[in-house]
Amino acid sequence: MSAPIIELRHVSKRFGPQHDLAARLARNVATRFGRPTPNETVRAVDDVSFAIAKGEVVGLVGESGCGKSTVGRMVAGIMPTTEGQVLFEGQDVNTLSAEKTRAAKLKIQMIFQDPYASLNPRLRVEEIVGEAPSVHGMVPRGQFGSYVDAQLRRAGLDPAFKRRYPHQFSGGQRQRIGIARALAVQPEFLVCDEAVAALDVSIQAQILNLFMDLRQELGLTYLFISHDLGVVEHLSDRVLIMYLGRIVEAAPTEEVFLRPNHPYTQALLAEVPRIEARKRRFTAIKGEIPSPLNPPSGCHFHPRCPHAMPRCSVEVPAFKEVAAGHRSACHLND
Amino acid sequence: MTATLEVRNLQTHFFTRAGVVKAVNDVSFSVNRGQILGLVGESGSGKSVTGFSIIGLVDPPGRIVGGSILYQGRDLAKLSEREMRDLRGNRIAMIFQDPMMTLNPVLRIDTQMIEAVQAHARVSRADARTRSRDALGMVGIPSPEERLEAYPHQFSGGMRQRVAIAIALLHNPDLLIADEPTTALDVTIQAQILAEVQKLAADHGTALVWVTHDLSVIAGLADDIAVMYAGRVVEAGKAATVLDTPAHPYTAGLIGSVPSRNQRGSKLRQIPGMTPSLLSLPPGCAFRTRCSRATSVCEQEPPVGEVTPGRTARCFHPLESVAA
Ligand SMILES: Nc1ncnc2c1ncn2[C@@H]1O[C@H](COP(=O)(O)OP(=O)(O)OP(=O)(O)O)[C@@H](O)[C@H]1O
Ligand SMILES: Nc1ncnc2c1ncn2[C@@H]1O[C@H](COP(=O)(O)OP(=O)(O)OP(=O)(O)O)[C@@H](O)[C@H]1O
Ligand code: SF4
Ligand code: SF4
Ligand SMILES: [Mg+2]
Ligand SMILES: [Mg+2]
Repeated sequence: MSAPIIELRHVSKRFGPQHDLAARLARNVATRFGRPTPNETVRAVDDVSFAIAKGEVVGLVGESGCGKSTVGRMVAGIMPTTEGQVLFEGQDVNTLSAEKTRAAKLKIQMIFQDPYASLNPRLRVEEIVGEAPSVHGMVPRGQFGSYVDAQLRRAGLDPAFKRRYPHQFSGGQRQRIGIARALAVQPEFLVCDEAVAALDVSIQAQILNLFMDLRQELGLTYLFISHDLGVVEHLSDRVLIMYLGRIVEAAPTEEVFLRPNHPYTQALLAEVPRIEARKRRFTAIKGEIPSPLNPPSGCHFHPRCPHAMPRCSVEVPAFKEVAAGHRSACHLND
Repeated sequence: MTATLEVRNLQTHFFTRAGVVKAVNDVSFSVNRGQILGLVGESGSGKSVTGFSIIGLVDPPGRIVGGSILYQGRDLAKLSEREMRDLRGNRIAMIFQDPMMTLNPVLRIDTQMIEAVQAHARVSRADARTRSRDALGMVGIPSPEERLEAYPHQFSGGMRQRVAIAIALLHNPDLLIADEPTTALDVTIQAQILAEVQKLAADHGTALVWVTHDLSVIAGLADDIAVMYAGRVVEAGKAATVLDTPAHPYTAGLIGSVPSRNQRGSKLRQIPGMTPSLLSLPPGCAFRTRCSRATSVCEQEPPVGEVTPGRTARCFHPLESVAA
């Protein structure tokens, strides 16, 4: 395996409370009258470490709210860590010179989960897609128009609409504008955050094929965040499973799908809906979903784990190797 | 029995400077009490605009130019804005593809949810708050009491989506249009929400239009399915029938592109060619330039035909007719 392009070392991210004045006053009153003030720090990411080698495709999956986008943003260098280090090509991003930081930011692009909020509503599509590459001298003089057209066409969009504003597009079309924008600056590393979730499966196939081609031709590296396990299985070399801010399992893709080790991973895979399945009853979640405001002690999964033992609520399980390249954080492995 | 929703020959067009975008161009379907219709189709084929048309929120330069929308037998187009406001968010609700169409970024979640409760129910603020908290819990948001005090930007993408779902379900609507409501949700939380929705349909008789790209969700959830392409319904019928034996070449191509139907790591099958521009649709079948079954007759407009009992397709050469 070649040297990592990105490495996270013991990275944590916490969000403090951000109340307005009225809320603070109400809270003070409540506290005075004996209502306990709940803990309000969101522990979004908790001591996460991993490395991604050049040319690798790493899938990141986990429950909604478990911290995937937060990890993605820290990898893309658009959100600072609370603790820990992010290394880009072996160098701590906080020690890079201003110039190198700029270069790194250009090389790592993120396709955002929310295609609505991430596009400036006042800019035309051609500006959204073409501005950064022309500022950075990637567009030959006088070829702005054809450069933009090519980027749009590649993402499956009709260049005839490049003068339109984002709100004039459908959800999936907006998502493709985000994809075209990220690819237009010729990145080396793409953080794809639910990047194909709003696309029908045929256009999704077109975009995923494009991602695979770019990897083959240009050695592009991907961190691929997705709730769609079918897509993750198809595309990734390796998969990271997150639960409530921590990585609980990491393994080569086939290994994860054939021999999931962590009880959370097993539960997740058991629930994947299949197109072959017909009309059925969906099952509600049993028990309470633990909160990042107040994570359970020990193994975060213990309140929902069918195998939980007394020590699970006391001791944080170590994240250790269970097979070659396959790591998992569960006491059952002892 | 009158259907809860009957859409007949709906046409919604956008009159842009570049020309008329025929976003919805002759769409018909109906949904009965307690039934779930899955609406699928190509990105940009007019699913959201169909939803906006039903709840009366098409913005200019868009306009409904033809057809009718009957809700429990009443033509929604004939209602006054006031009557429509009473229905909307109450008897008829929509979960928007963009949760920020429901949420105001500068207001706290509790403020917004309490307002949504009190808009259609005469309850105290404290009761409205309790209902809001329970609704958040129901969509799987942990620590709902504390989370009520947050702002939308402090939530994850999937959490924002779930708040929008919770708001749409507040008043047990009779008709719910859900536009890609679970795109950003993992399978566990998704199952939780689908379970709630099934309960709503079964216990309350809510009729649902469920728009999604996720065919496995449709397979598990929907009674009927309508497949859209370029502003039209090209195939419709029982969900199981359409998914098992698609008749329209577009539907067949779509199902063939599902990753689990492809070898891992291989190139995924995709439908060749690009979506035609809605500004300049060629005459005849809009799928013609991408269809392997196209013949010269396809340069005419294909009529809606019944391929097998209860299942229709807009195609001159549907797949079943050959197999049979
Ligand atoms: N305000 C507008 N002005 C012009 N065209 C519009 C406008 N809004 C939507 N359209 C066009 O109408 C067509 C239908 O859009 P719609 O949002 O209904 O698609 P959709 O089927 O929901 O797609 P997706 O699955 O990507 O969300 C699209 O081609 C879109 O570009
Ligand atoms: N700006 C913020 N301020 C406060 N809390 C935040 C902020 N951004 C994220 N969070 C919190 O951090 C946690 C993780 O959020 P994140 O967006 O990383 O989740 P996710 O795994 O991407 O979820 P989803 O699948 O729903 O998109 C959530 O509890 C969320 O409420
Ligand atoms: S450590 Fe215990 S609670 Fe956690 S996953 Fe393993 S068995 Fe379950
Ligand atoms: S009408 Fe003709 S072109 Fe259109 S889908 Fe059928 S066979 Fe293909
Ligand atoms: Mg996210
Ligand atoms: Mg849409």
